[in-house]
Amino acid sequence: MKTNFGQRLPLLLKSALLLGSSLMLAGQAGAAEAYTERALRNYDTYCVQCHGINRNGRGINSRDMSVQPRDHSDAKGMGDIPNEEIFRVIKEGGLAVNKSVLMPAWGNVMNDEEIRELVAYLRFVCKCGSTN
Amino acid sequence: MNLRLMAALGAALMAGPALAAGGAEILKSQCVSCHAVEKPANTSFERLWERKGPDLYYAGSKFNKAWLEKWLQNPERIRPAGELYSRHVKGSDKEDVVDESTMTPHVKLSKADAEAVAAELMKLAAPEGMVEKGAFKGEKVSMSMGAMFFNKLRGCAACHSAKAGTGGASGPELYTAGERLQSDYIYSYIKNPQKIDPHVWMPTLNLAEPDLQRLTGYILQLSASEGK
Ligand code: HEC
Ligand code: HEC
Ligand code: HEC
Repeated sequence: MKTNFGQRLPLLLKSALLLGSSLMLAGQAGAAEAYTERALRNYDTYCVQCHGINRNGRGINSRDMSVQPRDHSDAKGMGDIPNEEIFRVIKEGGLAVNKSVLMPAWGNVMNDEEIRELVAYLRFVCKCGSTN
Repeated sequence: MNLRLMAALGAALMAGPALAAGGAEILKSQCVSCHAVEKPANTSFERLWERKGPDLYYAGSKFNKAWLEKWLQNPERIRPAGELYSRHVKGSDKEDVVDESTMTPHVKLSKADAEAVAAELMKLAAPEGMVEKGAFKGEKVSMSMGAMFFNKLRGCAACHSAKAGTGGASGPELYTAGERLQSDYIYSYIKNPQKIDPHVWMPTLNLAEPDLQRLTGYILQLSASEGK
């Protein structure tokens, strides 16, 4: 199933303008997929350490980790996780969704708006929609 | 400036190398391009990416003086993947690796200069409330319990190394932290990293008091066993 980024666009656009950050548009042949510059920066700051510079779950920290970070570029694996769960796992950490404690909670570092932007960004990275 | 420099030079000639005259001058001339020695007005997310080294404006509440004197003469890497790690990692066919070509050796000071700078840095007390004085109760902890919390239950090992060559690389190595850092700083940092360094990429995990005591004690004791 393909996510309808068109529906999310106005909201993202608004928040992007409000925040003075620029909106990134990517995707071919009219399929506009969107994420905010802020989501990209947050990912590069907080997530790359485990999920990797190539978003493939092989971050600089992953070598000795007993549970491997999720491959965010994997359309199948990511497509199976609903947006709601992605939001929750970022905000409250792996334990909140019966996953590993090695996925930390970021709710004290980013606000809900920033986390929602990250969810949209992850959908862009996996090129996958959500099951709901 | 010239006058001060001349005065410092004159004094140095008279009193020999152990003179502390240069501490503040050295900081100003050789360090502030990368380190903030005064609380920055701007503590934005962007600044985290712009700065070239960790902040030192609260150094007096963070470091042990003996460590500073030693390290400044022989600076060894503390953050395995540099500061900020994202700027120093690259992909490989396995895990990401440190791009060594982006890492530069740290400036090195003579013994006299290191002592003068260390004395100056120790004057830089943290702003009120940043580091909780007397928070660490100093109780001995069981190393096996400590390790279990550090590695398994609280996930610290994902980002930190508790033993040379293993563990995470995006945070500072911790087997030398007891030698490097004051106990109340360790406690306060674990409790709320962003209160000390806004937007930093260690999560605030809402840890309970017994956890904070246990992890602080473990890190201090690690230094005595692994850090040598
Ligand atoms: C300290 C390492 C670490 C960091 C930092 C980290 N993660 Fe994770 N993440 C993990 C691990 C390990 C897993 C796998 C957990 C499991 O399968 O039990 C995971 C899993 C996930 C999942 C899949 C959850 C699921 O339900 O399967 C998502 C989504 C995710 N992380 C997003 C993020 C985002 C976004 C960030 C940055 C804000 C981030 N992670 C930062 C380690 C990390
Ligand atoms: C080119 C930039 C640069 C300059 C100039 C520089 N430093 Fe640093 N400094 C760094 C970086 C980067 C680190 C982190 C090193 C690491 O973690 O391995 C660092 C780490 C430190 C630390 C340890 C901080 C911590 O939080 O762990 C101290 C103390 C320090 N520097 C003092 C100085 C002093 C004193 C000078 C001047 C004589 C100086 N530095 C000049 C970039 C610089
Ligand atoms: C997602 C990665 C991550 C996790 C998980 C993590 N840390 Fe950190 N930690 C960091 C980073 C990044 C820094 C400091 C960054 C800097 O100054 O360059 C840090 C700094 C510290 C410091 C201060 C070290 C110094 O030299 O200034 C201590 C102590 C510490 N962490 C302990 C812990 C403990 C205990 C846990 C587990 C409860 C933990 N950390 C979990 C990333 C992490």
